[in-house]
Amino acid sequence: MSTLVINDLRVSVETDQGTKHILKGVDLTIEQGSIHAVMGPNGSGKSTLAYTIAGHPKYHVEGGSITLDGEDVLKMTVDARARAGLFLAMQYPVEIPGVTVTNFLRTAKTAIDGEAPAIRGWSKQVKESMAALRMDSVFAERNVNEGFSGGEKKRHEILQLELLKPKFAVLDETDSGLDVDALKIVSEGVNRAHQATGLGVLLITHYTRILRYIHPDFVHVFVDGRVAEEGGPELADRLENEGYDRFLAPSSVN
Amino acid sequence: MPVDSTTEHGNRVHSDGGWDAADRFVPIQTRSGRFTAVDPADFPEVTGRESIWKLTPLPLVTALINDQLDGSTYAFEATDAAGATVEWVSRDDARIGTTGKPEEKASANAWHSFEKALAIKVTSDEHVELTVSRSALGSGARAGHTIIEAKPNSVATVVLQNSGGALLSENVEIIVGDGAHLTVISMQEWDEDAVHLSSHFATVGRDARLKHIVVSLGGKVVRVNPSTHLVEQGADAELFGLYFADAGQHLEQRVYVEHVAANTRSRVNYKGALNGDGAHTVWVGDVLIGKRAAGTDTYEQNRNLVLSEGTRADSIPNLEIETGDILGAGHASATGRFDDEQLFYLQSRGISEREARRLVVLGFLSEIVQKVDAGALRDRLALAIEVELAGVAS
Ligand SMILES: Nc1ncnc2c1ncn2[C@@H]1O[C@H](COP(=O)(O)OP(=O)(O)OP(=O)(O)O)[C@@H](O)[C@H]1O
Ligand SMILES: [Mg+2]
Repeated sequence: MSTLVINDLRVSVETDQGTKHILKGVDLTIEQGSIHAVMGPNGSGKSTLAYTIAGHPKYHVEGGSITLDGEDVLKMTVDARARAGLFLAMQYPVEIPGVTVTNFLRTAKTAIDGEAPAIRGWSKQVKESMAALRMDSVFAERNVNEGFSGGEKKRHEILQLELLKPKFAVLDETDSGLDVDALKIVSEGVNRAHQATGLGVLLITHYTRILRYIHPDFVHVFVDGRVAEEGGPELADRLENEGYDRFLAPSSVN
Repeated sequence: MPVDSTTEHGNRVHSDGGWDAADRFVPIQTRSGRFTAVDPADFPEVTGRESIWKLTPLPLVTALINDQLDGSTYAFEATDAAGATVEWVSRDDARIGTTGKPEEKASANAWHSFEKALAIKVTSDEHVELTVSRSALGSGARAGHTIIEAKPNSVATVVLQNSGGALLSENVEIIVGDGAHLTVISMQEWDEDAVHLSSHFATVGRDARLKHIVVSLGGKVVRVNPSTHLVEQGADAELFGLYFADAGQHLEQRVYVEHVAANTRSRVNYKGALNGDGAHTVWVGDVLIGKRAAGTDTYEQNRNLVLSEGTRADSIPNLEIETGDILGAGHASATGRFDDEQLFYLQSRGISEREARRLVVLGFLSEIVQKVDAGALRDRLALAIEVELAGVAS
């Protein structure tokens, strides 16, 4: 049983106006197999947390730690983190011209497993996962994310989640921009991965509607670079009704 | 890819709203009005300030401009292909000079010096593929002249495969007969100290198609300048290029398309990668839409991917329009570095940085690789690019 521990994490980013401190001491522990929802207002630092876990070079860790079963994640390169079992479904996946989805998936799978997947079993898995996510098979020959609609990009992220089988996945607003059907399809994908591999999930979202399909064990309220409150699934409903007002300092409410 | 500098221009003029003559763009000297001559003595001394020379490392090519060139025949190998012939022909062959004349002194020097022209003739109306390879040109200054003639309604792919050493100035004439479909692929995989200046002149006949692909990977200085004249109605030219400049390498291509007849179409797409100190590439794309070329449809673009510090990519598109009645005309040029977000995305899927860079460059160049429809050649090209990539630091 793996555990991802984030302890007193402080992160800044360089901007034209100087150093901006975004994460101001985040504590979060995720056991494999558990589902954590993170909700919070725009600009509170949710994506920053996601990118920092994945190792995006733009974000500077000023203090604190991230460990995976005791191993120092912050010392690992971006690709080593993925190979250690961390996965980030991005809020805005980028296009990679000239690289087909098929080629990309096989290259990633080979990198994660340390050996090329057996050709026949692999193509079958890819086909099945694409079908389950209602992705037309023509996507396999298209270039990664190139010309994909917002919803297609999100399905493609979840396709990778299913195929790469990480231990922990951070889903950064995977539900944003999805229509009701797509939301259901994508949620089922996450649940399949959760059941099949005991995936631990950190689900960043603004809306409780996805929580009707993916049931969180814990809900964390993220405000101004910290976890301001934690609770069970009922906390999400309360947030939906009341908003974040009571967590915000009067000075930051306008 | 993030774009450091880009120009994107579209130009659409409809027959009902033609431009007023007074507003029309009048260049100082139209491209078709350039001085041409087959005798190098007719050209003034080259100073390096001429627009056609100013981006080329002159000291490395002066021998080809000013010295006497060895114009004798050389050893070549040609693959067997029914419906295609390769032979040396004399200087008085009627085809010589029908596609164009030298615009600069090194080209004229070659024209003046060659003893026999290598003539490749295609007659088959079923697709034939022919490869003509040269690999033993040596290091003495030489001249060459090649004719590629596609008879009316013939269909062929001709590959000019260049490797080994060279100090070569040459002219290549390409005659695409009415209704013919000709693909010419010129592969420059020279030794690293080779110097090669080549002018291609093509005429494309009625409803004929020319696909012209320039691949420059090896050589110290490689300059291939294809000029294509769409002389009859319905003529179509697709001009592609792929180049990969390493440290100290100069790869240049000046592409010229002249729309002479009405209802002609052209597409130009060159893509290059630059890696290492002193890697220099030049792309100049001139498109001229002549007075009679109503209904012209043209688009040209050049994109460069910069992989390291210390490189220089010159990219200069030009469009001259002499008639208001065109279907479409546009050009684009962009030079950019690796996109860090692309690398992050790939790495976040477990792919190493080195492999991620490889994927991004291959992806960038693949648009051109896919244009090579000779399957074996395409595979070999992909392999050659892999070899280039092995030199890219991670
Ligand atoms: N690269 C950057 N440069 C400048 N500011 C940044 C950068 N990245 C993040 N920030 C700032 O840090 C703050 C937190 O951003 P972040 O994207 O983490 O918020 P978020 O909680 O994900 O918001 P949202 O709900 O809108 O997605 C914002 O004020 C944002 O503008
Ligand atoms: Mg965000």
